[in-house]
Amino acid sequence: MVIYSVYIVSKSGGLIFNHDHNVPKIETERTFTFPLDINLEYEAKKISVSFGQSNGINVGHVLVGVNGILVNGLTLEDGRDVKEVLENRDNFPLTLKFSRPKMTTNEKIFLASMFYPLFAIASQLSPEPKSSGIEVLEADTFKLHCFQTLTGIKFMVVAETSQTGLDILLKKIYELYADYVLKNPFYSLEMPIRCELFDVNLQALLEQIEKTGITNI
Amino acid sequence: MSRQTRLDSKKVNSELLTITYGALVTQMLRDFENVEDVNKQLERLGYNMGMRLIEDFLARTNSPRCLDMRETADKIQLAFRMYLNIQPTISNWAASGDEFSLIFDNNPLVEFVELPTDLSQLRYCSIICGCIRGALEMVQLEVQSWFVQDQLKGDTSTEIRVKFIRRLEDAVPAGED
Repeated sequence: MVIYSVYIVSKSGGLIFNHDHNVPKIETERTFTFPLDINLEYEAKKISVSFGQSNGINVGHVLVGVNGILVNGLTLEDGRDVKEVLENRDNFPLTLKFSRPKMTTNEKIFLASMFYPLFAIASQLSPEPKSSGIEVLEADTFKLHCFQTLTGIKFMVVAETSQTGLDILLKKIYELYADYVLKNPFYSLEMPIRCELFDVNLQALLEQIEKTGITNI
Repeated sequence: MSRQTRLDSKKVNSELLTITYGALVTQMLRDFENVEDVNKQLERLGYNMGMRLIEDFLARTNSPRCLDMRETADKIQLAFRMYLNIQPTISNWAASGDEFSLIFDNNPLVEFVELPTDLSQLRYCSIICGCIRGALEMVQLEVQSWFVQDQLKGDTSTEIRVKFIRRLEDAVPAGED
């Protein structure tokens, strides 16, 4: 019973709410000697593993720490350039910490607005007339359930593939939205949801599901 | 879950609503002086309420989309029962089927109200008309609604007319048109 995250997309396709509920944190630390036995790729704002997967450090993971010092983009927190540190034999052995990249808010907004046309295309591609858009999207590691209200707001939940009853959860989230967001006089429609009561109640709902299962709500 | 913690709708005293609404209207009369402005503002207030209230209605009732004015009328009737605990009668259908009346025998909003003669132009409950318009607009139906009869003005019953204008096709969400 794992629910990873909840998203709400407004009528016009903008992400107005997202909540990461249960995202497993994957971090691996290892001591390296010179030269490094993995290939690193220096991108615009991060350093990621491009080849040489081993011991939990996978391709795509990003460098987050060197000897316990945090990495900020391409520089260390103490101002040194990471590339220079890693290429200098005198600095070794080095303890490097890698982690799975986290999605930034911007990336989330970007992805949410990508889903919007996909949803619309799905309903147009349909061989049958009067088809809905995407309701369930399944991959080998997660399942995304989407519920669109009559007014056009989309509620999305990303969960484990084995999780059932997500449609009930989506209806419940809709009720919470109707209660704690729309009845909040200081919330303006179509704007990002920053309502603490909504957060609290959503959190409580998700925790209850974890404890007792979806059928009991 | 949220339902258990919130006030049960049946347990809210309707007099509180009646009095609060009365206070709102008198304050607006004081602020605007012009009765026509008050009517307009009340309608707008209702419109904004309706736009939000519709989500609550849909979340609680799981209603499907209406494809016919008769279904819409039934839904509006249900909404009145949910939110005001009154059941208006639906009648006076236009021959074209796009216009009907909601007839109220009693209306909680006017329970203690006597309209002074100099305010005969005031549509005391026009917030309801705005509410209907706002709520239906969110489900892509453009309607007009107005008072035909008003108990406050000596009529035997209160009658609200609802007229279908058009379906807002551009606003229908993808996957439903």
